[in-house]
Amino acid sequence: MASAFPVSKALKYLLVVGGALVMLFPFAWAVITSITPGGSVLASPPDFTPEGANLGAYGKLLEVTPFWRILLNSAWIGAASTILQLVTSAMAAYAFARLPFPGRGALFAVYLATLMVPLQVLIVPLFIEMRTFNLIDTYFAVLAPTIASAFGVFLLRQAIAQVPKEFDEAAVLDGAGHFRIFALIVVPLIRPALATFAIFGFMASWNSYLWPLVIIKSPEFMTLPLGLAELHGRFTTEWNVVMAGSVVSVVPILILYLFAQKHVIASVAQSGLK
Amino acid sequence: MTLTAAPPRTTPTSAPRPPRRRLRYAGTVAVFLLPSLIPLVLFTLVPMAGSLWVSLHEWNLIEPMRWVGLDNYGEVLADPKTRAAFLHTLTFIAGYLPLVYAGGLGLAMLLNRAMGGRNIFRAIYFLPVITSWVVVALMWKWLLNPASGIVNWALGLLGVEGPGWWTDPTWAMPSIILASAWKDLGFVMIILLAGLQAIPNEYHEAARVDGASAWQRFRRITLPLLSPSTFFVVVISLINGFQVFDQVHVMTGGGPGGATEVVVEQVYRLTFQYGRAGAASALSWLLFAVVLLVTLIQVRVQRRWVNYGY
Repeated sequence: MASAFPVSKALKYLLVVGGALVMLFPFAWAVITSITPGGSVLASPPDFTPEGANLGAYGKLLEVTPFWRILLNSAWIGAASTILQLVTSAMAAYAFARLPFPGRGALFAVYLATLMVPLQVLIVPLFIEMRTFNLIDTYFAVLAPTIASAFGVFLLRQAIAQVPKEFDEAAVLDGAGHFRIFALIVVPLIRPALATFAIFGFMASWNSYLWPLVIIKSPEFMTLPLGLAELHGRFTTEWNVVMAGSVVSVVPILILYLFAQKHVIASVAQSGLK
Repeated sequence: MTLTAAPPRTTPTSAPRPPRRRLRYAGTVAVFLLPSLIPLVLFTLVPMAGSLWVSLHEWNLIEPMRWVGLDNYGEVLADPKTRAAFLHTLTFIAGYLPLVYAGGLGLAMLLNRAMGGRNIFRAIYFLPVITSWVVVALMWKWLLNPASGIVNWALGLLGVEGPGWWTDPTWAMPSIILASAWKDLGFVMIILLAGLQAIPNEYHEAARVDGASAWQRFRRITLPLLSPSTFFVVVISLINGFQVFDQVHVMTGGGPGGATEVVVEQVYRLTFQYGRAGAASALSWLLFAVVLLVTLIQVRVQRRWVNYGY
């Protein structure tokens, strides 16, 4: 522990600040590279204040790829995937926590088992399934595997199980059915768990690469990770264009992060305490 | 709410009901369950079964499937490329896990005690975690560019001639490990920081009073009491490590000369480049079996070193 041997506060700060610089520098360098004119990107020594800095790389980015569309794709697919997962998982979690039915335990075990199966096991048959229904290169194909989430059902079931049953029973006495109990009592009470799950869900969709790589071919249906990787494949040495794309794709999630930062970190911290 | 003479209504969870109500109840259960169950069946359970089925066939995704029984498994097990892919994956894990754990623990311990701007630093360290793998891989590919990358330029200032990084078979995997550790450091730090903060301060105080050195307190108090968080980090890192793909595919594509060909890269290649969907499925199940086995072993072994309950 730091305080025991006489590490001065200054040294500690030095380490923490040094670490922060290591974390921030790649982002800063991406921004600097993205405004460097094409001719001097590969120049040595690297230029921290590039002469003739301009937004040309961003212009080129928009010229060679439908980048706004790709950005929009990622945003709405992320939002749709998050909302779908929230709705389907919360409802199923309610059934598993509050509605006894024959075989419930076994079905829940099936859900848990699917948690362990990695995506790459499913890739080939999923691809074939999509091809059979002529869904290759469609938004639906990107979204499909993310509609249901076993992880979400598991997480939200735990949360619902912690809602005291007396709350539902009081509502039943008032004549409320399951739908009203779910919507008006349970959902408001598990909001923190829903928020946690929403954050994980959105990040997973926003960053997803392998599945879109397999299922999407046309630029207009691409999401950001795929669009960027494809851009890099075409402009191997034009790092200013590639970095411009990287910067543009980091900004939206960064803004979201700045707002939800505390909650994001708290959610992750909690996941390790269980 | 005033209820006096009304008969006690049954709660939604109580069992025997008249047939009509039972039907309605079954309908309610279905409405809650099916929005999740139908997609789970279609996009997870059916593909799972499908993957097993495909793994028993020779198939290039175009011509009709040909039954080959367990041949694909035999072939994949005997193929030196499989061994190489697992070896590369293990090399990745062996480099990545110690780096990300030691770095994360160091940062967590630095930030564990109150200090000005702690939340800002925490947010900064976490920044790469929210960045997508593809962006991280591209940024690092540029930083580690052999000829015009800034890392080699900085090494040059120190009088060191930087290696060819991702273009050099020896340095390609270290490049990927570096980028990956950089991205996940904040994640590990947050998990370990939460673990550190759950350790009651009195333990350290008592040990200090007894004259324990900083190192002794670290060895005897911090590490054992942090073991649940460590366990979580190790399990998650191993599961993710075995499935490493995004950063590899973007940074090296398995190259140069197959030096970073990891298992999932191999699955991808077998399916979409070599037209060997059956072999690819067999390999993916083999990977799944390995991950499952490793996780189960860890869960079993944890009793020996993970310390729950203070």
